[in-house]
Amino acid sequence: MFKPVEIAPGIYSVGCRDWDIRDFHGYSTYEGTSYNAFLILDEKNVLIDTVKKEFAQELLDNISKIIDPSDIDVVISNHTEMDHSGALTAVMERIGKEKTVLCSKMGLKNLNSHFPGKLNLRAVDNGEELNLGKRTLAFMETKMLHWPDSMFTYVKEDKILFSSDAFGQHYAGDCAFDDEIGDKVMDHAAKYYANILLNYSSRVQTLLKSVQESGLEIGMICPDHGVIWRDNPGAIIARYDEWSKQDGVKKAVIIFDTMWKSTATMAREVAKGIESRDVHVRLMNTRKCHRSDIMTEVLDAKALVVGSPTLNNGIFPVVADVLTYIKGLKPQNRMAAAFGSYGWSGESVKILNREFEAMKMDVIHEGLKIQYVPDEADLEKCFVMGQAIADKILDAC
Amino acid sequence: MSKYECPCDYVYDPAEGDYENGIEAGTAFEDLPDSWVCPLCGAEKEFFEKLD
Repeated sequence: MFKPVEIAPGIYSVGCRDWDIRDFHGYSTYEGTSYNAFLILDEKNVLIDTVKKEFAQELLDNISKIIDPSDIDVVISNHTEMDHSGALTAVMERIGKEKTVLCSKMGLKNLNSHFPGKLNLRAVDNGEELNLGKRTLAFMETKMLHWPDSMFTYVKEDKILFSSDAFGQHYAGDCAFDDEIGDKVMDHAAKYYANILLNYSSRVQTLLKSVQESGLEIGMICPDHGVIWRDNPGAIIARYDEWSKQDGVKKAVIIFDTMWKSTATMAREVAKGIESRDVHVRLMNTRKCHRSDIMTEVLDAKALVVGSPTLNNGIFPVVADVLTYIKGLKPQNRMAAAFGSYGWSGESVKILNREFEAMKMDVIHEGLKIQYVPDEADLEKCFVMGQAIADKILDAC
Repeated sequence: MSKYECPCDYVYDPAEGDYENGIEAGTAFEDLPDSWVCPLCGAEKEFFEKLD
């Protein structure tokens, strides 16, 4: 933002929008992103998180529209990653180098690795509280959501949760709140979950259960990216519950690549077979679709179907790229099947099946390989394969 | 039997094992299968450090 937004009396969003970024460490950000930071005015003034290094001055300018940065008493670092800590040392120069930066125990270790000896760090315990005068902050350790240092900060009186990267979305626009952006917020949030948090789904489940059991009231969620959930924070909590359970919906994602269009032709026939059973299908060419968009489609798909030609006795390199990415994000409870064309040797299906097993996926079809160019009979086999995949999905969902 | 610490801060305690991943209490770190990974962050055994 170019101006602070008051999100509750005396609490301001003072972060910055990165309009230009289109590749966020390998994640496609078609609408840029924002690095959110928050200022709480009280007897003790607090800044929660900072921004990427190059936005340090913009953050200080935003803060200066409300108070002199040197009047900030305490800074909280909920997460060490450099899009939130990069500006920390420059900002502390202005706030006062001697002022305390509060973080988790692992935050202390990680911030020291990033900025050795430059910050006056103090680790807070899980559940520790900090009285600001009128308000009380409580700190919650949220290890591996999504770094070892991740933590949340909660304002008890205002019922506001500062959730670091959790519940975030990569979005830069003129909306500051969920009710302003409308439905598309969930598409951004789903992409964020699929690409940043999916592999920590069991931790998400544990966190949601502990929040529910503790009876913590959440009136507003302020993530470090994207819009603030003020209108309906329950909506994103419900979606996180759904996404982290990974039950999957009646949907298959076919990811494929092709050299002479044979595997592409097969992919279309497999898709027709799946669709003939009224199961949703997404056809994604790995050289046309960004890996992070593929991952977003994989998020709720019950089945992953992969098509790769055999190239030099291996799978096609771009398919390998996407599979490596998917594997790291550890989707659970998935079915899988492989197909592909080949010339003389045809290793790709065998290699893909091995990959599925390594990813603990349920291989529901032995796979289909076709030499050179599929003929009518081959295309029928592809269609039947698609039907078989759809039937397995229908049985499971 | 020694405890081992993962770079993510998880500590493997042989007295507790890792019930959720089928490791019984009383299993030494050295006896964990090579396929075992940190239940918190997914790091492999080789990244763990022995605690005194």
